[in-house]
Order: sequence, then structure tokens, then C-alpha cells
Amino acid sequence: MDTVTQTSAKPKLSNKERMKIPRHPMPEQNPLERARNFFEVPLGYTPEMAMEEAERCLLCKKAKCVEGCPVNVQIPNFIEHVAAGNFSLAAQALKQMNALPAVCGRVCPQEDQCESLCVVGAKVEPVAVGRLERFVADWERANGEMAIPEIPPPTGKKVAIIGAGPAGLTCAGDLAKCGHAVTIFEALHKPGGVLVYGIPEFRLPKQIVEAEVQYLEKLGVQIKCDFVVGMTRTIDELMNEDGYDAVFIGTGAGLPYFMGLPGENLNGVYSANEFLTRVNLMKGFEFPNHADTPVPMAKHVVVVGGGNTAMDAARTALRLPWTEKVYIVYRRSHVEMPARKEEIHHGEQEGVEFLLLTNPTRFLGKDGWLNGVECQKMELGEPDASGRRKPVSVPGSEFILEAEAVIIAVGNGSNPLINKTTPGLSITKYGNIVADESGKTSREGVWAGGDIVIGAATVIKAMGAGKSAAKAIDEYVMGKK
Amino acid sequence: MKEKPIIILNGGSVFRILEKNDLAAKVYRYVIEAPDVAKKAKAGQFVILRLYNDGERIPITLADWNAAKGTITLYVQAVGKTTIMMSMMKAGDSLADVVGPLGIPSHVEKGQPQAEKTFVAVGGGFGIAAIHPIVRAHKLIGNKTISIIGARTKELMIMENEMRAISDDVRIATDDGSYGTKGFVTTILKSMLENHEPMDVVLAIGPVVMMKAVTDLTRPYGVQTLVSLNPIMMDGTGMCGACRVVVGDKLQFACVDGPEFDAHQVDFALLVARQKMYSPQEKISMELFNKICEAQEHRETAAW
Ligand SMILES: Cc1cc2nc3c(=O)[nH]c(=O)nc-3n(C[C@H](O)[C@H](O)[C@H](O)COP(=O)(O)OP(=O)(O)OC[C@H]3O[C@@H](n4cnc5c(N)ncnc54)[C@H](O)[C@@H]3O)c2cc1C
Ligand SMILES: Cc1cc2nc3c(=O)[nH]c(=O)nc-3n(C[C@H](O)[C@H](O)[C@H](O)COP(=O)(O)OP(=O)(O)OC[C@H]3O[C@@H](n4cnc5c(N)ncnc54)[C@H](O)[C@@H]3O)c2cc1C
Ligand code: SF4
Ligand code: SF4
Ligand code: FES
Repeated sequence: MDTVTQTSAKPKLSNKERMKIPRHPMPEQNPLERARNFFEVPLGYTPEMAMEEAERCLLCKKAKCVEGCPVNVQIPNFIEHVAAGNFSLAAQALKQMNALPAVCGRVCPQEDQCESLCVVGAKVEPVAVGRLERFVADWERANGEMAIPEIPPPTGKKVAIIGAGPAGLTCAGDLAKCGHAVTIFEALHKPGGVLVYGIPEFRLPKQIVEAEVQYLEKLGVQIKCDFVVGMTRTIDELMNEDGYDAVFIGTGAGLPYFMGLPGENLNGVYSANEFLTRVNLMKGFEFPNHADTPVPMAKHVVVVGGGNTAMDAARTALRLPWTEKVYIVYRRSHVEMPARKEEIHHGEQEGVEFLLLTNPTRFLGKDGWLNGVECQKMELGEPDASGRRKPVSVPGSEFILEAEAVIIAVGNGSNPLINKTTPGLSITKYGNIVADESGKTSREGVWAGGDIVIGAATVIKAMGAGKSAAKAIDEYVMGKK
Repeated sequence: MKEKPIIILNGGSVFRILEKNDLAAKVYRYVIEAPDVAKKAKAGQFVILRLYNDGERIPITLADWNAAKGTITLYVQAVGKTTIMMSMMKAGDSLADVVGPLGIPSHVEKGQPQAEKTFVAVGGGFGIAAIHPIVRAHKLIGNKTISIIGARTKELMIMENEMRAISDDVRIATDDGSYGTKGFVTTILKSMLENHEPMDVVLAIGPVVMMKAVTDLTRPYGVQTLVSLNPIMMDGTGMCGACRVVVGDKLQFACVDGPEFDAHQVDFALLVARQKMYSPQEKISMELFNKICEAQEHRETAAW
């Protein structure tokens, strides 16, 4: 990719000098203190820190880092503005490709994406692209109005977006900027998808998502919550009766998997979706004083799984005032854990106990209530289809963990509501919607993207899918008579 | 960082209470503006509502609806914090959210071939409101409808007239015998079964003990029996798994796979246990709420 343009003044430092600046650490709340509150863990860079960190970037002409970003954020471009202290210009550069920088700067797995390819990272630690991205977005939100782009006159075309997660929000924003009338239909009472019901406040303050949603409303996007497509209205009704010219499906991967183990329906066994939604979306952490939705009140909590969801569930459980001990039970070893490294590290610092190479075999209880989990030790055998070594159980290694709550975080499938109510929509055998590069499905005028197409993935990938679909939908509706 | 308030307009939806009536036995009737729900509602479906921001999401059955007026009718029994708070709301107040219609509609078909089918519906408490639209749907396609409804005593009987209007026969039971048969709804059903009165399908909706009793009664006679299950729900779209029930050894999510199931396959013991999932918290919530109400009363008395 050769799209980087060098604009402003010559760099003051040589590359050698730049490489000598150490990566600026992120100021964080003290682990023991934060493990008991819901405030954000990383505190963010100050302008000075951000400018210092930006100095580390070599402003590469052929920037490798950009290739690692699923939406091709022009990284050296925005970092150059940060180094010069032009934060407002930096924000503009950033937002050209990324509609939700405050979110991505916080939750992108940068170590596997942009930062993994940074040339500085080949020698010393990579430039902290994510932290700079977060800084710029936060600076913009705190300092004055977000600029509303000029919107072309209405095209008279109507587009329906199903689901207000990152895929739907991004698609809606881009289409509104083309002058189309866009309505988002969201099943829950709040827009944001996993950003509001799954990812906890201490990792992504909800105010940030709300600000992004507010920005969309300023662009003219209408958001209809409490609207379940498939039930309140079907896709055919939206298109044939309500006059929508095109539809984008961004309904995510919201169907919780259970393990099929004995005792799984005991009181005290929760899906991660239920647990996280109760605490995050329903503000269960404020029960009973400021919110009505009850949350599990357990002293000992066992979380099963090793992904971001498991990490979030464990660290959320730890923060509830009545919790004394939280275990993560994961059947493979540390290196295979799919969660972001930073989150695993945060969990360890805060006191989550990791029981690796361990798997639950049954849930124990009395009178319908859970009181323990029987686990078994595992060892790694031959590599499986995914290339990871397959865990096999060690006979006779069973032991029992005392627990009043178990949170199952072993993955999500796709919700079948839309599939069942939309004839002619091609679905894979796993229930995902079949779509091409642009998100086009087997149904005329219907696009899809995000987790509903590729399975549980990342925020930035969902946004990328929303973006590609918006482009294709714009072309389609404008070509339509 | 500055706190910026946000108002989500919700596409202009306002869920206003247009009518509210205080019926007997802590059951209240509400007519609520919810045009999107009214347009699609079918017998056997429900909504999930929230009274205000930070309130709980609770499922309530659609007892009636009017697509032209854009309204739905709900009957809510005040049993805990949220439903008691709702009982304090008045016509003119608005709910924060109403989402629906949810769940698979009741399967309503005519007897084969051309034969009239006898549909027996058993309702207790808010269950009477829940069987109402299903009985009506059967009546409309020409099936014979028998409704069995019950209450503790005559004064607490609800919806008798509404049920008479859509049933070929209404049979009433009161615990104390002050009206109709003395005993429970199951007392009536039992004698009907023993007398071999013709019946093709029995539907029971109400407290779990009642639904289970009906199921146990019909089982030896092999009469097809349906129940509408009421486990704890949250999203109502199949996302959380809180509403899981076991039917015929299969794990089902009542909000999307039900709420109506083949009664003879239902694991009622599990349902009863899971309904108690949050009992300790519900108690805490109720105690706090009572304290707030008392304090409020004190303040109001003092003001006088
Ligand atoms: C706990 C957790 C932590 C995560 N952490 C990270 C992380 O740190 N970094 C990262 O990059 N990714 C993370 N992910 C993954 C990431 O959140 C998802 O990949 C991303 O949110 C997918 O976006 P989406 O828009 O496709 O769907 P979602 O965010 O799932 O949004 C879908 C929306 O559609 C709505 N909807 C569903 N069905 C209907 C319907 N029938 N009608 C109307 N609306 C409907 C849903 O209510 C929801 O609001 C995490 C996921 C979870 C669960
Ligand atoms: C599909 C369905 C349809 C229903 N229809 C009606 C109806 O038409 N009229 C009516 O009065 N009631 C109905 N209910 C029951 C109603 O949802 C509960 O009475 C209500 O949620 C109680 O809330 P509360 O805060 O007032 O009481 P709480 O003190 O919180 O709870 C009292 C009891 O209600 C049940 N309950 C609590 N929270 C929930 C929840 N989120 N979801 C389901 N059950 C819960 C529990 O068993 C609990 O022990 C229905 C339930 C379901 C699942
Ligand atoms: S959006 Fe994510 S991957 Fe792209 S540059 Fe920003 S942090 Fe990196
Ligand atoms: S972030 Fe790294 S790869 Fe990207 S431009 Fe800067 S130095 Fe080069
Ligand atoms: S209520 Fe959440 S899955 Fe049914």
C-alpha cells in the first residue's frame, strides 16, 4: 500500500534517535484498587505523553502497520499530526477510515493487527498505535464539538439496518453521509450491541458508545430500539410494505452455547451473555439501589473459557462486592488463550486465578442450587484441525472447586430469528449468513456483515464489513429506478 | 470528562398508558399505545417491558390488541417490585419500553376433516388473560371452546364477561365455593375427564402448580395438553439462555422456542427450581422498595 503522503515539516529526529525513545507505558489504576470498582482501568495518555510516543513513529512511506489494520487507518498520517500537537487534524485523519476510534483504540487486538507489523516493533517495542488512537478520539470528545460532515441533499432512498452493533452503526453512518434515509432497528432497549451489553464499563465506558450513537443521530440516522426484526417486522415487510430499498443485517453472534454437562441447569449456572448483560446493560452492579435487575450474588465464581468474553466475565465478577474468589478454567494452556494479552495480564494482576489445562466435567448442587464444579486436568496432544494441540483428559485427575456461580463462556452461535423468517436467505451449516466480499447475500437488496457472517470475531472486523456493505448498498440504491 | 446527556428518541415511540383498571386480586388491566406490536400480535405471544430507565425487563402476555388503534391490552398481577410499581402508574404515564410481539404464536387449527374440535382452556390468575386471545382464535375458526376459570372467592373473579363472550361454555371454580364449583379449576377438569366429555386439546396457563396439576390429570387419558411456560426471562430474543427449560429431554429457550410446549414432556420440577433463581435478590429489592414507600408516606403526611 502506498497511500501515505508526507505533508508537514521535516522530522526533527533521526530514525535511530526515534528508536531510542522507550514506548510510553499506559497509566493505569492500581490493580488492587480497580479490582473493586467499575471505573476504566487504563487512564489514557496526557497530551505530552501522546506527543512523546508519536515521536517514536518513523512515518514510513510504505507503512506496514496500515496493512495490519482491517479498515486501513492511515496511521502515520494521524500520528504525524499528534507529534506536531495538531490533535484536531489528527482526529480528522483518523476518522476518514474509522468511525469509532475511541472504541477501537480501547478494544482492538492491536498486538495482532496494526502494531504487530510496525517496523519499530521488529527491533524494540512497536509504536503504541492503539493508545494514540484512543488519545486523539478522547481529546476530540472532550475538546469541543465533533465536526458534522456536510451531508448531500436527500436521495430519497431508504435503507434499513438491523442491529445496532459496530457493523450496523458503521454501515448506518456511511449511508447517512451519502444522503440516504437510514433507520436502525435494534432488538434491545439501547444501541451498541456487544459494546453495551458485553464489554464491561471498566474496559469501554458506555458514555463513549453513547457519544458515537449521538453523533449518528446528528447525521440524521433514526434509531428504533425495542424492535426485533423477524418478530416486530420481517425483512420482507420492511422491503415490500415499508418501502426500504435495501437492508443490512448486522445481528451479531448472540446465541450462547452451553456445554451439555450434567447439572448445567442448576441455579447458579449462567451463560456469559446473561451474566454480562445483567451487569452491564441492566446495570446490575448498582442493584438494588439504582437498578432493579438482580445479579448473581456468589462468593466463589468459576468462569469456563479463555476468550475475551471469559476474561470480561471473570473481571466483572471480581468487581461485585460480595465476590471473594474468581477462577478461570480453560482446557488448553496460556499461549492458546484467544483473549487479548493485555486483558489476560490485567486479570492476573487483579487476582483472577487461572486454572489452565483444566476442564469442567459436571456441575454439582443441592436442592436445585449449584455448590461446586468437578474439573479434570488436561494435557496437550496432537494438533487438531485449527492447528492447536488438542487437549486430552488425564484419567483420575478429577477435583472439585467450591462455587456458587459458574459462568459459561465457551462461545456464541448465531441467532436463528432472521434466518427463520427470511425465505431465500442462504445460511451456512453453522447458521451464519452467506455473503460475498461486499456483504451481498443471496437475497436481492439484502446485505449482511459482522459476526452474523464470519462468526464471533472483532469490533474492527465488524466495522470493516459495515463499511464495505455501505459502499455496495449506496451503489445499488443509486442504480435502482 | 464532561458528562453529556443523551436522549435516544427511539424512532418516536412513546409507550403511553391509555387506560388502567384496578381489577380484583391485585390484577390490573392496562391499554397501552404500542402500534408496532399491535400490528403483528398473534394469540399466545408476549411482550417484554420496562417501566423506566434502569428498571427490570419483565415479560407479560398479550391479552388483546387493536391494530387499527395501535394499542395492546395487558393484565398484570402485582407480585413483586416491578409489577407493584406498575400498579402505581396511571393512565397518561408512559413506559420506557415495550418490545414484541415475542414467542411463537399458539397453533390454532380446525378439527379434521371439517369436524368441530373441542378446545378446553384452563386459566388461573393472570393466566385467564393469557388464555383469552387463544380461546378467541379457536372460536373464530369454528372450534368449540370451553373455558375453565378460577379464583379464591367470588369477588376476586376476573374477566368472566370477556370469557363468556368468546366461549361456548364457561365453567367457574372458587376455592370457598362462593361461586360456581367449590374447589380448583382442576376439580372441574377432573370430573370432565372422568365423565368422558369430549375434548381434543387442553391448554393450561397460570401458576406452575396449576399447570402441573392439569398435566398430571390429562396424562392417563392421553389428551393432548399444552402449557405456556413462564421461566425468568431477560432479553426475550434467545440471547441470554436465562429462560431455558427442558422439554422431552431437550434444552429449549422458552422465549423463542415457546412459550407454549407439550405439557406431558415438560420438566416442571426444573421450571419451579429455576423460577426461584433470584428469590433472595427479589426479597432485598422488595424490602428496600417498602422502606422508600414508607419514607415517602412520612414525608407526604409531614407536608400536610
Ligand atoms: C464479552 C465480549 C468481549 C469482547 N471483547 C472484544 C475486544 O476486546 N475486542 C474486539 O475487537 N472484539 C471483542 N469482542 C467481539 C466483538 O464485540 C464482536 O465481534 C462485535 O461486537 C461484532 O459486531 P456486530 O455488529 O457484528 O454484532 P453485535 O455487536 O453482536 O451487535 C448485534 C446487534 O444486533 C441486535 N440484534 C440481533 N438480532 C436482532 C434482530 N432480529 N432485530 C434487531 N436487532 C437485532 C443485537 O441486539 C445487537 O445489538 C468481544 C465480544 C464479547 C461478547
Ligand atoms: C412468557 C411470560 C408471560 C407472562 N405473562 C404475564 C402476564 O400476562 N401477567 C402477569 O401478571 N405476569 C406474567 N408473567 C409473569 C411476570 O413476568 C412476573 O410476574 C414478573 O416478572 C414479576 O416481576 P416483579 O419484579 O414484580 O416480581 P419479583 O419479585 O421480581 O418476582 C416474582 C416472581 O416472578 C418471576 N419473575 C421475576 N422476574 C422475572 C422475569 N424477568 N421474567 C419472568 N419471570 C420473572 C419469578 O418467578 C419470581 O419469583 C409472565 C411471564 C412469562 C415468562
Ligand atoms: S482501528 Fe484498530 S487495528 Fe486499525 S489502527 Fe486503530 S487500533 Fe489499529
Ligand atoms: S506505526 Fe510503525 S510501521 Fe506504522 S508508520 Fe509508524 S513506525 Fe512505521
Ligand atoms: S430470555 Fe434470554 S434467551 Fe430467552
